[in-house]
Amino acid sequence: MPRHIVARTTEIPPGGNKVVEVDGRDIVVFHVNGEFFALLNRCPHEGAPLDKAACVARLTSPEPGVYQRSRVGELLRCAWHGWEFDMRTGQSWFDPQRFKVRTYPVVIEDGETLAKGPYVAETFPVHIEDSYVIVEV
Amino acid sequence: MSDVIDRPSTGQEAAAKSRLRIIDCDIHPSLHARSDLNPHLSKRWQEHMKTYGDHLRTPYIGTTPYPRSSPLIARRDAWPPTGGPPGSDLAFMRKQHLDPLDVEFGILQVLDLFIFSQQNLEFGAAIQRAVNEWQLAHWCSREPRLKASILVGQDDTEAAVAEIERCAKLGQYVQINVSPRANEPLGRRRYWPIYQRAEELGLPLGIHVGGYGGHAPTGSGWPSYYCEEHQSNAHSMAATLTSLVIEGVPERFPRLKIVFIEGGFGWIASTMWRMDQHFERFRSEVPHLKRRPSEYVREHFWFTTQPIDEPDEARHLRSLIEWVGVDRLLYSSDYPHWDFDDPRFAFKTPLSESERKMIFNGNARALYKL
Repeated sequence: MPRHIVARTTEIPPGGNKVVEVDGRDIVVFHVNGEFFALLNRCPHEGAPLDKAACVARLTSPEPGVYQRSRVGELLRCAWHGWEFDMRTGQSWFDPQRFKVRTYPVVIEDGETLAKGPYVAETFPVHIEDSYVIVEV
Repeated sequence: MSDVIDRPSTGQEAAAKSRLRIIDCDIHPSLHARSDLNPHLSKRWQEHMKTYGDHLRTPYIGTTPYPRSSPLIARRDAWPPTGGPPGSDLAFMRKQHLDPLDVEFGILQVLDLFIFSQQNLEFGAAIQRAVNEWQLAHWCSREPRLKASILVGQDDTEAAVAEIERCAKLGQYVQINVSPRANEPLGRRRYWPIYQRAEELGLPLGIHVGGYGGHAPTGSGWPSYYCEEHQSNAHSMAATLTSLVIEGVPERFPRLKIVFIEGGFGWIASTMWRMDQHFERFRSEVPHLKRRPSEYVREHFWFTTQPIDEPDEARHLRSLIEWVGVDRLLYSSDYPHWDFDDPRFAFKTPLSESERKMIFNGNARALYKL
């Protein structure tokens, strides 16, 4: 799978995202707690752009009056109908069998390694002192 | 995974565009601020709005009793980059909604200012008039694709009829809108002067879900959750349909056309079957009805499609459509609200070309004489 350099790591603040076009696809890259996740920027339900989704926690309640928050910031809550997806797997929370957002592997590389190539988005300026988000599509 | 949209968008959107132009029967424009209405309000009512504001029949003035799932009930991507609330910027509405979805006509439904829920009926009438003027001045005159509705509060029936007269003379409005949550069920005779005038003028009567009357939104009282309250959009509309039919409104006004907006359509078939069953058993109680209730529904009522039901199996949605009748359905998006239905993806069941044409364009074109 071709690897594309899509952003400097410092470009996307924690909790933020960046939309990039790779091979005619809108891909959204999220930064959560030091990790980066890349997903197709379309909700599988009705096509809403996922870069406008809220990044939320998983809220569960094992019994009345008891609430648990986990995976803080790792769940996407779609901007339209509120469907929730796991950023790591793209899986839908309420209907994991049928619905999934396509995800793409992400790696972080430093500029020095990248300078050795070969990578697809050669036009992206690479400096050896920075680190970069690489998406495989 | 056949339902998954995971392909690039461009080709698909282009194909949708060439296939069909859309008439969207539910678009919500918003004021930037209340002061937008000042040019359309007398000094007396401007002062009143500033000094006293809203007096509603529900608690929690300034918000809704059931806070919605997203700010201002809106899609999170619908906030205009220029500022202001979703639905307040025509240029952004064109760019995000009217142009890419190839909307040929959009019917405006104003919900701002608790417009139907004002306890002070004179103030209510003043802001209804102001909003009716504002729709033309701010939207329709600048964007000919957008069509306005005459908003009237039916609990002051006389004022409502006067406002209908004033607006109808302008020849710009395509519909008369009343609230589904008035003081009494909508079929009651006190509201008939409005229906009579609508029939005479040949303007459909539009009834958009929601608003807050003095009654709990469900028959069993006040719900605890938004998730629960949102269900009432369907069953309060079923109660409204039943009231209109059984009280004899379509029997008394045989040319009246009534549009139910944002109630969806999954509940209609069972409501009709049940009304027919009861009518067969108790027809001597309601001898003013000459025909089976479902016949009135199938001739007098239209239903906008959003929020569309999403049964697990696509064929069940197909059945719901057939039970109501393709000729009764009008596509609506509800833009810019969170439960927006995208015309390209919302109907997750196959429709023939002619069915698509009827639901997305032809039915509304004929009904609203566009």
